[in-house]
Amino acid sequence: MAVLHTNPTRMELINLKRKLATARRGHRLLKDKRDELMRRFLELVRENKQLRREIEEGLKEAQAHMALAGASVSEEVTNTALMLPKQEMFVEVSQKNVMSVILPEYDVSYKTADENDIYSYAYAFTSFDLDAAVRKYADLAVKMVKLAQVEKSCSLMSGEIEKTRRRVNALEYIMIPQYEDTIKYITMKLDENERSATTRLMKVKNMMLENAHHYNERG
Amino acid sequence: MFKIAAIGDRDSITGFASVGLSIFCTDEPHEAKKIIKMLAENQFAVIYITERLLQKIPEEYERYKEVPVPAIIPIPGITGNTGFGLQNVGKFVERAVGSDIIN
Repeated sequence: MAVLHTNPTRMELINLKRKLATARRGHRLLKDKRDELMRRFLELVRENKQLRREIEEGLKEAQAHMALAGASVSEEVTNTALMLPKQEMFVEVSQKNVMSVILPEYDVSYKTADENDIYSYAYAFTSFDLDAAVRKYADLAVKMVKLAQVEKSCSLMSGEIEKTRRRVNALEYIMIPQYEDTIKYITMKLDENERSATTRLMKVKNMMLENAHHYNERG
Repeated sequence: MFKIAAIGDRDSITGFASVGLSIFCTDEPHEAKKIIKMLAENQFAVIYITERLLQKIPEEYERYKEVPVPAIIPIPGITGNTGFGLQNVGKFVERAVGSDIIN
């Protein structure tokens, strides 16, 4: 039984009861928050893993094409071809508030009007593998931005869940039992005081009656 | 308007240049650190970095984990997939749930 260091007074008792009510309410709210966060987090993580697998697979392919491109024509040609890219990718970052966790949202936008305007070279001197690689990279890039958003969200959410879980546990296993025990202790102490006051009064009454009537001497 | 960057060895990331990511070729962990710092201060929202390089600078990765911008995302390099990326997602689950329950 963990009892707080307090004076067993009625004032403290009232205060503690108030605190206990608040703690219980907070605990219920935080628990709901944790459950909802967890539900969303698990959804996100599943998506994250799925996306990651797809992207890692895709990157392997793209890199294979790239390697072939480098092998079939000289590396300088390939490097020069990619030296001055036409296209540039931007992201617009907006924020989404999920259960008081701020999650980023990325919207992709491009420098040129046509997002498929990705071939920054004339086709004469490069191998077709380079075209395939560039195409593959372009397809992947959009997915990768999505991955970035999901992964960042997962990271931020896992931190928040950890914090919330700790708070819930602290309330459930430390704060609330402590308040309950202390309230019990104060109530018992007050009852005890009351009983001792009653006995004292009875004793005093007896003594006074004794003084007034001298029962003992007569009997 | 935020930009996107890729960091890693030349062979792994040159391809990203074609789609309009800013690429930074380096193999050196301390150089990568500098680049990340520079990018974080210069309106880059997403930084892709090869797993191999990121594994050498875990403290940088930790530092940007809790802030909304930039997002540092590990990608497999040309030398092959180390599985670091997926492991990392597993770590998020571990942190939130207590153990990695999703395969």
